[in-house]
Parts: sequence; C-alpha cells; structure tokens
Amino acid sequence: MIVDVNVNLSRWPFRRLPHDETSRLVKKLQQCGVSQAWAGSFDGVLHRDIADVNRRLSEDCRRHGDGLLLPVGSVNPSLPDWEEDVRRCAEDHRMKVIRLHPNYHGYGFDSDLCDQLLAEAQRFRLIVQVALKMEDVRTNHPLMVVPTVDATPLAALVKRHPNVPLIVMNNYGSVRGDAAAQLAEAGNVYFENSHAEQVGALEKLTKDVPLERLLFGSHFPFFNLEASLFKFRESALGGAITEAIQHKNAEELLGDR
Amino acid sequence: MDRRFFLEAATVASASSLLTSRQLLAELAPTNGDDIWDLHCHFSGVVGETPADRVEKIVEYADRMAIHRLIFFMGWPWSTAPKPDEFRRQNDQVLDALSKWGHRIFGFAYLNGHHPEESLAEIERCVAEGPMIGVKLWVARKCSEEALDPIIKRCGELQAAIYQHTWLKTQGNGPGESTPMDLAILAARHPNVPIICGHTGGDWTRGIRAVRAAKNVSIGIGGSEPTAGFVEMAVRELGAERVIYGSDAGGRSFSSQLAKVYGAEISEAGRRQILGGNLRRMLTPILRSKGVNV
Repeated sequence: MIVDVNVNLSRWPFRRLPHDETSRLVKKLQQCGVSQAWAGSFDGVLHRDIADVNRRLSEDCRRHGDGLLLPVGSVNPSLPDWEEDVRRCAEDHRMKVIRLHPNYHGYGFDSDLCDQLLAEAQRFRLIVQVALKMEDVRTNHPLMVVPTVDATPLAALVKRHPNVPLIVMNNYGSVRGDAAAQLAEAGNVYFENSHAEQVGALEKLTKDVPLERLLFGSHFPFFNLEASLFKFRESALGGAITEAIQHKNAEELLGDR
Repeated sequence: MDRRFFLEAATVASASSLLTSRQLLAELAPTNGDDIWDLHCHFSGVVGETPADRVEKIVEYADRMAIHRLIFFMGWPWSTAPKPDEFRRQNDQVLDALSKWGHRIFGFAYLNGHHPEESLAEIERCVAEGPMIGVKLWVARKCSEEALDPIIKRCGELQAAIYQHTWLKTQGNGPGESTPMDLAILAARHPNVPIICGHTGGDWTRGIRAVRAAKNVSIGIGGSEPTAGFVEMAVRELGAERVIYGSDAGGRSFSSQLAKVYGAEISEAGRRQILGGNLRRMLTPILRSKGVNV
C-alpha cells in the first residue's frame, strides 16, 4: 500500500511524457502498488483559467481509477479573486489539498499573499503543497527560465501558521539537513522523497527529518515512478519506517478532512 | 536482498508492456543473469578516510540494487581544472581503491585537456602500464579543441574508454565545459574511436539529436534527474546499442538512475544492453588485454 502525494495529470507544456494520459497513468500507479495518488494538474503551472483547470482535474479524478486519484487543486494568488478558487476547491470540488507554484506564479514565501493564502487554507482546513520547482533549472526552456523557489523565508511563514499542514515538494537541495529539521520544528511541515538524492538517500532523509514528517512522493509522470520506489530498496529502513513513509503518515495527515 | 518492499507492492499483472512490481523485482535480482555495470561513480555521498573505505560503503548500496561492476573516476576534493600534480593525486586515490576492490570496480584516469603532454603521460602510467581502462575528461577544456586529439588517438590505440562530460545549460555552460555539439565535432575527427557523451548534455532532448549522426558516440544517461521519456527517445533515435547506464553515485542515488532504464518502455533485450551489455562489449578488448576475464 502506497500513498503518493506528488502526482500530476494532464500535459507538461514542453514535451509529451510516456504516462501523461490519465488512463495509462492510473494503470502504472496500480501496477506499482500505489493505492492513492494526490494528483494536481500540470495545467495549474501556466494556465490562468485556474477555475477550469480545477474543474477538469476534479472530473478526471472521478472518471479514472475508482477512487485512486485524490484531486489537488491549483491556486495562484497572483490572479484576481484567487480566494474564490480556494473556496471552490474546498466546497465545490471537496478537495482536501491545494498545490502552489510560487516560482511560476511570481511570488515568494515572504509575500503577504502567502500569509493570506495560508489563512484561507486554514479556514477551509486544507493541506497546502508547495512545489519548489518542476524541473532542473538548467534544462528550462530558454524563453522560460524559472528559478527554484527561495525557501529561506519559509520558516518564518510556517511559524505564523502553525495549524496549516504544508508539504515541501520537489526539494533537490533547496532545504538541506539542519534547515529541514528546523522547518519541521518551526511549523506543521512535511517533506516527500521524490528529489532525495545521493546513495542511500532515504537513510539520510530519515536522519534529518522526523519520521512522522516524511511522505512518499514520486513527481510522476514527469519522473519515472520507479525512482522513488527503488529508494526503499537502496536504503535499509525496516518495515515500520517504510510503512510510515509509504502510507501511514499521509493517511494520518489526511485524517478526517 | 531486501525483497519485501517489492513483494508487498506487487499487484496482479495485467496485459501491458509495462513492468509490474514483481517483474521489477525479478529484473533486479542478481540470479536472473542480469549483469548491471555502472559507468559513472565517484567517492562522494559517503564518508570514509580512504578511497577504499568509501568504495566499501558505496558497494553496500550497489549490492542492494544488484549492480555488479562499478567504474570510478576522480578523487576528492573536486577540482574542475586540475594541474598535473592534482590529477595525478586524484588518480592515485582511484588506484588505491582498485588495489582493494579490483574484483568489483574499474577505474578511469582523470585528465585535463589543458595539459596534453602530462595527460598523455598519465594515460601511460594509469592505463597502458596500470590497471585503469579508460579516461575521464571533465570541464577544464572544450573537447572540440584539436589540442585534445593526441589524447583521443592514444586512447584509441589502447582501446581505452573515453568519458567526456557534456552539458547544455540554459543559463550557459562554464568556460571550458563541453556541449554534445562539441563532442560531435571531436568524434568526427576520430570516427573509429568510441567516445561516451557524459550526461547526454543534461537536456537530453537536444543532446541526443546533437550526437545522433556521430555513430562512434554512445551516451551516458547518468547524473541527471530521472525524467521520464529519456531512455525511450535515446533508443528510438540512437538504438539501444548506443545507450549506457551510469549513475553519478554517490551524488546521485542508484535508484533514481536505474529508474530511467527500468521505467522506460523498451524491449527486455534493449534494457539488458543498456544496463551492462554495451559497456561490457566496449571494455572487453582492454579488459582482456589486462587479463581480466569478463
């Protein structure tokens, strides 16, 4: 049983991916033992009609996978009336999680918008996911260079919103060792393993971050799903730790939302 | 081997060309005849006083992933433009590791194209007269420059492998950092010498195209994010026989890099070529000349 908190539907704007059709994506997730996938939409990165992105996503998740896909709404607080998008995610689509892309949407963690957004998230009891990046910045399209989100102001932000669960995603060295531990202590912060690198990456991650704050994430279908799966083989974690990361922590986080 | 995860994760196979978790387990099991060779390893990502200490730790992880042979190059700390004394010191670190781990690892000699004479001497010391079987060129000098020709020629004579780092950074490469286009220029001057295009330029969508016409160039797929579709495009455009698995461990995990191959929708025969067959074929002549039975 695996709960994958980092999946996207629809199309990556710059190339086709082998599993970017929802039916094929679902099949692959099932074959690899994923029992629940928290699915956002690639469309949420660049589209400005976010309301329609979330409507389509919600519909796709209902239509495919027999409950496998948990829709994760996109919110862009730089758009007019973004608060209505949050409300629709929570009330109309019954979403439990929203996803942010601060670097693509042009704001930082020190922006007032972030405070407003986390306050809205708390109001609707939403879990907030933050994607620090979507791809290696060295391979960005030359007409669209998007630096990784600066995570430095995140500690202060989560301290101001201790009741909002926040999942740091696609973290390739942006928040390292001690900083990750401090973030986990400062707020209700979680990390997923899609970008954990180095040999024995998960062993190292479990030393840096409290076990209860670690989740399974794949960044599938942009990444090969096997990358996150194999890390459990490469690191000798033991059954209880593996279970906590692969599903129990996510299940508890989702709880009665 | 810890198989529990895959056994727990396994689901009933359905009619599909995709691997199921059970098949993944089987593919990774060392008993099935798979022979994974890793083109690209360093002494990084682990701690240890000596190179051999570090290799011991990296091999522990490699064993869990059923990787049979590993190629190491460069020592520590990193040096992007090493003077001859420095690349000799780093090669001594590799030689030290080889003396204890020669049954599991191979070594490539680290060179600097800005010092062609000293680099040639290092090829003699480490490869012609020593146990190493290839060379590594990093970011000191663009490989398109003709000053590198004597190095390539000598490697060709020895049938030593040539691993040239390449990247195609949107923000711009470093001053001596080669692109796959640079490598294609070099390869055209040495059409009978096999050369490996390290990282496939990072941006593999362009890197694969850049070396497509250079039939003596293979690509190394290690040392980049495990982006889906990489290996499929490489096999489609180059053929599986020109694609070589490597990890860039310990900075990268074996998992993320193996996933590029195991996650790719390619034939089983192609997968085996990429995971070890191609590298073994390339290295067999020089290994035999050194009395190594492969």
